[in-house]
Amino acid sequence: MSRVGRNITVSIDRLRHLGHRQDRPGRIASDASTCPKCDSHYSGDEMRRNLRVCPACGHHFPVTAHERLEQLGEPGGYVELWSDLRAADPLQFTDIKPYVDRIREAESKTGMNEAIVCAEIEVRHVPCVAAIMDFTFMGGSMGAVVGEKLARACEHAAQKGIPLIILSSSGGARMQEGTLALMQMAKTVIALDALAEAQVPVIMILAHPTTGGVWASFASLGDVTYAEPGALIAFSGPRVIEETTREVLPADFGRAERQLANGQVDAVVDRRELAARIGRVLHILAPPDGEALLATPPGWAQGGAERVGRVAQSLPSIPGKIMGRIRPGSGDDEGPAE
Amino acid sequence: MSGGKPDGPSFVRRVTGKLGRSSGAQVDEDLWASIQLARHAERPYTLDYINRITSDFEELHGDRLFGDDPAMVAGFGRFHDRAVAFVGQQKGRDTNERTYRNFGMASPEGYRKSMRVMEIANRLGMPIVTLIDTPGAFPGASAEERGQGGAISRSMQLMWRLDVPVVAVVIGEGSSGGALGLGIADRVLMLENSTYSVISPEGASAILWRDASQAKRAAQAFKPTAANCYRWGVADAVIPEPPGGAHTDHEQAAEILGQYLQRTLLELEAQTPAERRVARRDRFRRLGPLRDPEGGVAMASGRDAPPPG
Ligand SMILES: [Zn+2]
Repeated sequence: MSRVGRNITVSIDRLRHLGHRQDRPGRIASDASTCPKCDSHYSGDEMRRNLRVCPACGHHFPVTAHERLEQLGEPGGYVELWSDLRAADPLQFTDIKPYVDRIREAESKTGMNEAIVCAEIEVRHVPCVAAIMDFTFMGGSMGAVVGEKLARACEHAAQKGIPLIILSSSGGARMQEGTLALMQMAKTVIALDALAEAQVPVIMILAHPTTGGVWASFASLGDVTYAEPGALIAFSGPRVIEETTREVLPADFGRAERQLANGQVDAVVDRRELAARIGRVLHILAPPDGEALLATPPGWAQGGAERVGRVAQSLPSIPGKIMGRIRPGSGDDEGPAE
Repeated sequence: MSGGKPDGPSFVRRVTGKLGRSSGAQVDEDLWASIQLARHAERPYTLDYINRITSDFEELHGDRLFGDDPAMVAGFGRFHDRAVAFVGQQKGRDTNERTYRNFGMASPEGYRKSMRVMEIANRLGMPIVTLIDTPGAFPGASAEERGQGGAISRSMQLMWRLDVPVVAVVIGEGSSGGALGLGIADRVLMLENSTYSVISPEGASAILWRDASQAKRAAQAFKPTAANCYRWGVADAVIPEPPGGAHTDHEQAAEILGQYLQRTLLELEAQTPAERRVARRDRFRRLGPLRDPEGGVAMASGRDAPPPG
């Protein structure tokens, strides 16, 4: 797949340069935050150090994609992929304002080209491909660029045989690209199967919010799926449901903790433990290390039948009085056998 | 794309003629009228077509996990002397039936029932036809708690993995992920007055204009007609309807649909499973225009030509 190779265009140096954008005065001012849950106030520096989690109450603030990559990997340790892809305007779409203006505003507000950043990265020394969505760019919505970058990330990870980490934070399909935005759901679901064919795992991180066509496509298809505390995870949001069905929803409707109870995610993981948790599962899932296999105690693999026979002989036989009590259909008239 | 598009009466040209006018800033009344036809109260629904184009149809019920969803029908029918699996959302005609069918808004059970039938079809080697007609998947708390998102994504994943030929037909209203959940196919056909959209005009109106009365303007902005979907590469063919729309003559509408289906299935049955799967993947992989770094628009999948009439 030569196309993939050609599109790795951004060097680490350029990334470091891009990283400095976050220190522009405008960013720092908006970086200082007051916790909406407990009213604690933090400077931008404190927020960054705390991974944008409130130390007082644990509230998880939004994080930009580039900062996410820094949280997951080693400092400066990622190479961004396909950062030059930008949205077209296939419908010449205008609602309250033209789509092209919305894109331009999002670009200047975020310093990004789109709502997702893909990169090669090492998480706890495991090389991975990461695809990180950014809610600050048009609500993280999925149009053709997000679909294309996700598909390339899948194909790239499959081709390299390394795990894919996807972090979703999105309101769903990008309305302004109409039917073609809807089709990105199909594109991403199919592209994920490249990893299945390559026998490479996909780790899915659901951040707030993961809704609509993103939840109903790739985001619900991770091999291991972690959710951040409090993240809203739903196909239809609470407002749409209440308006359509007149149901009164519980306050924690669709939230990560409830979706864990519903069986929709594997675990709710605090952001401060996320990188370690991903690293741990990647080490468990790693393919066998040839040297470690050779280091298995000699003799273990040989003489198997003989050893099995010895082990069987050494098992204690079951006393007759216990055997006598075992009747078909009864298993509970005795406590646990020791 | 494929050669050998089914020929049909020349109604399509009429729709194509509308296209030119639909790009202006004014509200296009023809486009709105066409969108209203897609959800006309007398329009043929999924079972109206299945019962007419099959010589016999056995409907199956239940997902074997939780329940049976009347908003989705699924089963096996005899079509041109072969077994074909049919699945599709089902709308209701009168108030009672509309409620019973939940307005064609399927719950996770519906997608899981349809997946169950598609898996059987794949195992027994019969082609699959999906009929899409829904304002969207059911937006309800119960549906969410039983995994509406995962039901739709797994349905798409299953459809892409199928070895047998798969044809999706948008017969009325194809809105949102609820429609696309049945839409991963070797060929996507659209009835002349059907729509295929990321969201219903009413939903878009409320979200983008923050005003529920802007549905016409939303429709105008999305332009989700069959002819446009053909141009975008979302649809592979536009199936003509009887003059005035499918609701004027259910028999004729079903007959035309049956002809298109048969020709499409014959075309697909001539291919190997591997050929179909590669083409199915590439078909969706291409969709979605990007701005290339030089500033031009790279419209990977678009067609300049109108649908063949
Ligand atoms: Zn707090």
